[in-house]
Amino acid sequence: MATVTLTINDQIRTVEDIAEDTPLLWVLRDSLGLVGTKYGCGGGYCGACTVHLNGLPVRSCSVTAVAAVGAKITTIEGLANEGLAQGDKHLHPLQQAWIDLDVPQCGYCQAGQIMTAAAFLDANPSPSDADIDQAMAGNICRCGCYVRIKQAIRMASDGLAYNAMDAEEQQV
Amino acid sequence: MNTSRREFIKLTGVVGGGLVIGFHLPTGAETKAASLNAYVQIRPDNTIIIAAKNPELGQGVKTALPMIVAEELDVEWAQVEVIQSAVDYLRYGSQFAWGSHSVPDNWIVLRRVGASARAMLVQAAARQWDVAPQACSTQSGRVSHPQQKGSLSYGELASAAAGMPIPGDDQLKLKSRDQFRLIGQRISGVDNRAIVTGQPLFGIDQQIPGLHYAVYEKCPATGGTVKTANLEEVRKLPGVSHVFELVGNGETTELMPGVAIIANSTWAAFSARKQLKVEWELSDAASDSWTQTQKRARELAAGNGEDVVVSHGAVESALAGAGRSHTAFYAYPYVAHAAMEPQNCSAHYHDGSCDVWASSQTPQSALGNVAGLLNIPTSAVTLHQTRCGGGFGRRLMNDTVCEAAAISQRAGVPVKLQWSREDDMAHDFYRVGGFHALRGGLDEEGRVVAWDDHFITFSENGKSPSRGGDMKASVFPVPMVTNARITRTQLASGIPSGYWRAPGSNAIAFAVQSFIHELAATAGRDHLEFLLELMAMPLQSGAKLDGLNPERAARVITAAAEQAGWHKPRPAGTGLGLAFYYSHRGHVAEVAEVSVDKNRKLALHRVTVAADVGPIINLSGAESQVQGSVIDGFSTMMGLELSIEGGRIQESNFHQYRPLRMPDAPQIDVHFLDSDYPPTGLGEPALPPLAPAVGNAIFSATGIRVRELPLAKSGFSLV
Ligand code: FES
Ligand code: FES
Repeated sequence: MATVTLTINDQIRTVEDIAEDTPLLWVLRDSLGLVGTKYGCGGGYCGACTVHLNGLPVRSCSVTAVAAVGAKITTIEGLANEGLAQGDKHLHPLQQAWIDLDVPQCGYCQAGQIMTAAAFLDANPSPSDADIDQAMAGNICRCGCYVRIKQAIRMASDGLAYNAMDAEEQQV
Repeated sequence: MNTSRREFIKLTGVVGGGLVIGFHLPTGAETKAASLNAYVQIRPDNTIIIAAKNPELGQGVKTALPMIVAEELDVEWAQVEVIQSAVDYLRYGSQFAWGSHSVPDNWIVLRRVGASARAMLVQAAARQWDVAPQACSTQSGRVSHPQQKGSLSYGELASAAAGMPIPGDDQLKLKSRDQFRLIGQRISGVDNRAIVTGQPLFGIDQQIPGLHYAVYEKCPATGGTVKTANLEEVRKLPGVSHVFELVGNGETTELMPGVAIIANSTWAAFSARKQLKVEWELSDAASDSWTQTQKRARELAAGNGEDVVVSHGAVESALAGAGRSHTAFYAYPYVAHAAMEPQNCSAHYHDGSCDVWASSQTPQSALGNVAGLLNIPTSAVTLHQTRCGGGFGRRLMNDTVCEAAAISQRAGVPVKLQWSREDDMAHDFYRVGGFHALRGGLDEEGRVVAWDDHFITFSENGKSPSRGGDMKASVFPVPMVTNARITRTQLASGIPSGYWRAPGSNAIAFAVQSFIHELAATAGRDHLEFLLELMAMPLQSGAKLDGLNPERAARVITAAAEQAGWHKPRPAGTGLGLAFYYSHRGHVAEVAEVSVDKNRKLALHRVTVAADVGPIINLSGAESQVQGSVIDGFSTMMGLELSIEGGRIQESNFHQYRPLRMPDAPQIDVHFLDSDYPPTGLGEPALPPLAPAVGNAIFSATGIRVRELPLAKSGFSLV
């Protein structure tokens, strides 16, 4: 049994008395009530449980909470504030694009899709369609929302490109 | 109906379908909302709260049904707040999600609900102004009158309106189609913001105070019972509070025998379960082997079926006398629903009553299931409807709800029962496999004169076909062919069957619509022209169409072909394939465009869909359903198959059972044909035509005919 202190969405959270092998997923969901991160397969196949560890997308079903100690963890609940000016509670551009294009069907996979896409766009802000396909291939959507997920990523990346251009112009 | 509820009801109006809308919702003091009927509440700030009655599993009814109410109520969508209704037959009539029923069943009722509330608001305004209600008009949630300065908001009128008599159906004037402002628009799903910010919406997200976490181990071969189990050992494991055996009631749809483990976290329960050792008594357990079944079906294919589903004309002599004839044997496997949210349910049994929080497609049946199992009255069961992480027919069965309720009753604590993905794969109600031995005869002009289908399916009770495993006598083209017959053989099976998206059509379409193309090719004729000719043939006497409208069918077939560029020349190695299917009141034609190389590497580039389902309610949701159906259809035909040996499903998770992923998704062009027929649902009808359209496209591209699903079996793989 272990006590772990985690940094989640910029907050320090301590969880007592968990088995050393407890996946981060179940600590988020059961111990901390952060249920936006979903259980889909438990085996690393579906991506529904994707969160960020130091900005990189990881499968929280396949990483123990103990291993996440010391890392900056971001879950879907904390995505809105990321990369935005302080105090700005606007949605992440991907979340907004998801709403604008009405991406979700059942919605169950979407937190994982968005978290994967967010980490991907951070690394590759103006991707090609093939880049998007490759980056998103680890996330299953059983409802088959792929067409719109791709459109929404493109929409958000266009928005990001526009913002980046804006910023550059301002600097000049 | 108990007394308190009876007192609460004001029986002042009845709306079609036996639905009483005179029931006012109890209004929460905190909301200060006035209730106009069971669906509509209005706050003083002119927020309109509309109740969504049916389960939402991704098919979009939580948005589309309230849109219908809002249209007739004459409010702006931005004013509307949607809440999930309680499960209550008296107030909402039947509440369920299957068969693409929500829109057609509720279309008129919900328009009356909106119009009735609107009429009451107008009455209230007319009284305040002392004018005739007929002279008042409404727009954007406000009532106005030509002689009155300004207008009154619904919010200002709501409490007075709530006291007005509820008008009878005959007093209501519904809008004409050209007056619709909201219906037909693109509206983003009402839960989208909550979904993308990770709010607790789904069954699995529910957190009840004092919750314990449960798992339930059942025999992997359905029907097996517990012989021995190391309960004592498991009880000592960390976090475990209860371990016990349940004998169940023998109903696969309710409670089968097994061992429950309750712990202080999901992980503790999952971990303890790894140490659980159960020896199963298998004498009554399923023992199916898919390998054996396929062999048996091939042997049977030569003869006719045990019973005749439909027969007209003289099939045998017509086949014998036909200028040309053609035979083919089609096969498709068992498949699973594999909804993204693994089955789960929270239940709290206390003091003779039971609360359940469940993602169910049939919440009203669940009440009866739980009551019967726990031996308490139905009125003592409350089901809290949650959003469902996919259904596809899986959540029509309330087995998980029954298990959770029984475990809570036995342990005396609130529990969340969590199935693993492996449980979900092992204990589904599967879409049964099936086989078709088809024979067709053509006359000298290449017209179909004979059609014979020996349909081989499954039966669990030895009497009737498995759920979703029957074939209708009306399956096109049977009603139009002079000499036509369907015979049926049922193979005994112990594998639980269920309804899977577009049951009765989802795989039959593959066999039938592929074989029509085979006959066109045998006749050396263009498939489009051949299909349209067949559709235009007169109905045989005594034959039934069961809702198929040949004119609507011809329109969608023509439109899909036109939009896809049917007659344009094509590069070698690519091909177009066409298919039509009528199911769940929807007429849908699809054209698939594929390319295939020498190594059978396949790419599905584009699917063109033309559908006639009457006027569209929510264009965004409707289009999404079609896209999802196309991808589901392709995913399933390409690589999904369950191997069954010893009555056990061999595929345990997504590494073995592999739904399609983004890189393999095609472009999908959706065309809804405008029609004045009443609107019908879209959860299902766009799925059946996909597989035959792709199969036919592969034939056009390569000359290779695929007659067995999934395609992976014939060496096809995705580029
Ligand atoms: S739940 Fe973690 S990858 Fe599926
Ligand atoms: S929206 Fe249902 S699984 Fe993706």
